[in-house]
Amino acid sequence: MAIFKKPPTGGGGGRKRRSDIPEGLFQKCPGCNEVVHEIELTENQRVCPHCDYHFSQSAKERIESLLDPGSFVEMDASLHSVDSLRFQGMATYKDRLKKYQESTGLIDAVLSGYGTLEGIRVAIAVMDFAFLAATMGSVVGERITRAIEYATTERIPIIIISASGGARMYEGMLSLMQMAKTSGALARHGEARLPYISILTNPTTAGVMASYASLGDIIVAEPKSMIGFAGPRVIKETTHQDLPKGFQTAEFLEEHGLIDQIVHRRKLRPKIAEFLRFLGPAAA
Amino acid sequence: MKEPQPLDFEKPIVELQRRLQEIREHSDEHALDFDSEVEAMEAKIEITRREIYDNLNAWQRVQIARHVQRPFALDYVERCFTNWNELHGDRLFGDDKAMPCGIAMLGEHRCIVITNQKGRNTKENVLRNFGCAHPEGYRKALRLMQLGEKFHLPVISLIDTPGAYPGIGSEERHIAEAIAVNLREMMKLRVPILAAVIGEGGSGGALGIGVADHVMILENAYYSVISPEACSAILWKDRRHAAEAAEALKLTAQDLMRLNVVDEIVSEPDGGAHRAHEKAAEILGRALHSNLERLLKIPINQLLKKRYEKFRRLGNFAEPPKGNGATG
Ligand SMILES: [Zn+2]
Repeated sequence: MAIFKKPPTGGGGGRKRRSDIPEGLFQKCPGCNEVVHEIELTENQRVCPHCDYHFSQSAKERIESLLDPGSFVEMDASLHSVDSLRFQGMATYKDRLKKYQESTGLIDAVLSGYGTLEGIRVAIAVMDFAFLAATMGSVVGERITRAIEYATTERIPIIIISASGGARMYEGMLSLMQMAKTSGALARHGEARLPYISILTNPTTAGVMASYASLGDIIVAEPKSMIGFAGPRVIKETTHQDLPKGFQTAEFLEEHGLIDQIVHRRKLRPKIAEFLRFLGPAAA
Repeated sequence: MKEPQPLDFEKPIVELQRRLQEIREHSDEHALDFDSEVEAMEAKIEITRREIYDNLNAWQRVQIARHVQRPFALDYVERCFTNWNELHGDRLFGDDKAMPCGIAMLGEHRCIVITNQKGRNTKENVLRNFGCAHPEGYRKALRLMQLGEKFHLPVISLIDTPGAYPGIGSEERHIAEAIAVNLREMMKLRVPILAAVIGEGGSGGALGIGVADHVMILENAYYSVISPEACSAILWKDRRHAAEAAEALKLTAQDLMRLNVVDEIVSEPDGGAHRAHEKAAEILGRALHSNLERLLKIPINQLLKKRYEKFRRLGNFAEPPKGNGATG
């Protein structure tokens, strides 16, 4: 179900792109073609100062820009993926894991833990598309489930920032089952009447979209994010139809009734805080 | 039922059957007694069939699971259940013919029945959309499951789909959300849920009606995160490695039992369910009935706890005892 190796419009691996550019100082914005300085981007939460194009952020950058400084405590950092199916393709699963661990400095495609957001205690899980297209295997599923369960036990909200190419095919059915596992944990969190904010970023697709990403009490998306179940190429090949304008964008999905609000990255932090304060901790 | 279309790996059986036919014709022509030769050849056919079927590889099983003459969900509904009443529509948009749902009796038990239905010919496949449901199918299934919850009726789900439908309407009406909601709601549903993968268990489209207290799979059915062809296209940049992909994905009933993804393998008649619909239905019907009786005896809160824990345990990862951060 991993549909994209690269996000369809920019996004994905700011780190990588930096290294593509001599001196790593400038890059061309895919939104407006202006040349943007790396420092400008860093200071602007990786949003183009000319056209508001949202470059992709790493999980670490997202946590830093969303939570109160120094409040984040990572949980379950030692969880490692294992090649339980001994997957043999053109490259082995082990080799791929190693490659992405080296290129991203992450152990797997998610960071999870807890902290505060404008003083509100929250559990949080953030996916990082630069790691194997943020596909969901056992580690991603387990860390997200534990973050949700922690939130349920502590009676605090959960925030999940999604980006994903879907379930991780190298772990076969064990990865598909993470969809049921995470959704089940959300069922319990919801029954405890605790808020879950789902934040969709570019791109969120397939098995992740068909589980926790779609289950937020409030679902917000970053502008122009690609969001959907099946990949556009698969849909074209199956249906032999032209796809509607803006198909599978955040704006299209807001228009079609899935997304509560599209929120600019700069406004994400105060907006999430506002939602959380408004929903509050429901009486037990 | 006419003789099923042979699959490639069944060719040795077809060849032996051709020779058997020759012996019979020869015997008729010459009014000679070839009984012992006929018997020997029949025995040889059975031995060959068993040998082939005892040593099936993953890709061969996928082909059997997709066999056009394999019993489909409604063939089982007709044979295993009584008083079937199809209930149409999701009360929101439409009725998804790829996912017939209804009420029926399994022995003395009233049940909600959720199915995926494929077609045997072009006309049927147009009607059934090749067993690929739209969001309406998942929402209808949930509507019926909640009807079951209201009237204390257990849910039986017969899974046989290549996957949820990748189409424009599917995306416009949020197929991903429809599946996600089912995963969450099935985990909470306060009646027993019994699922059986009877043919193809195509990824999220199958799981969307597959969160159950007891998950069974037919001997030659498969359940996979991705189709072998699509996996081959991604990993080998070419769809021709589907057989290798099928092996790598560990998608057979036997592999899934080892991974604890399924709870029980239901055997098929010799030579596959497509050769003997009545027998296949008899075996499945018995398995459904005995499991349903068992589940009905478990207090619902205990059942829900077990259901959660069953899926909670799935996954395989390494966790060195000393991590850097705190643990949840
Ligand atoms: Zn720009």
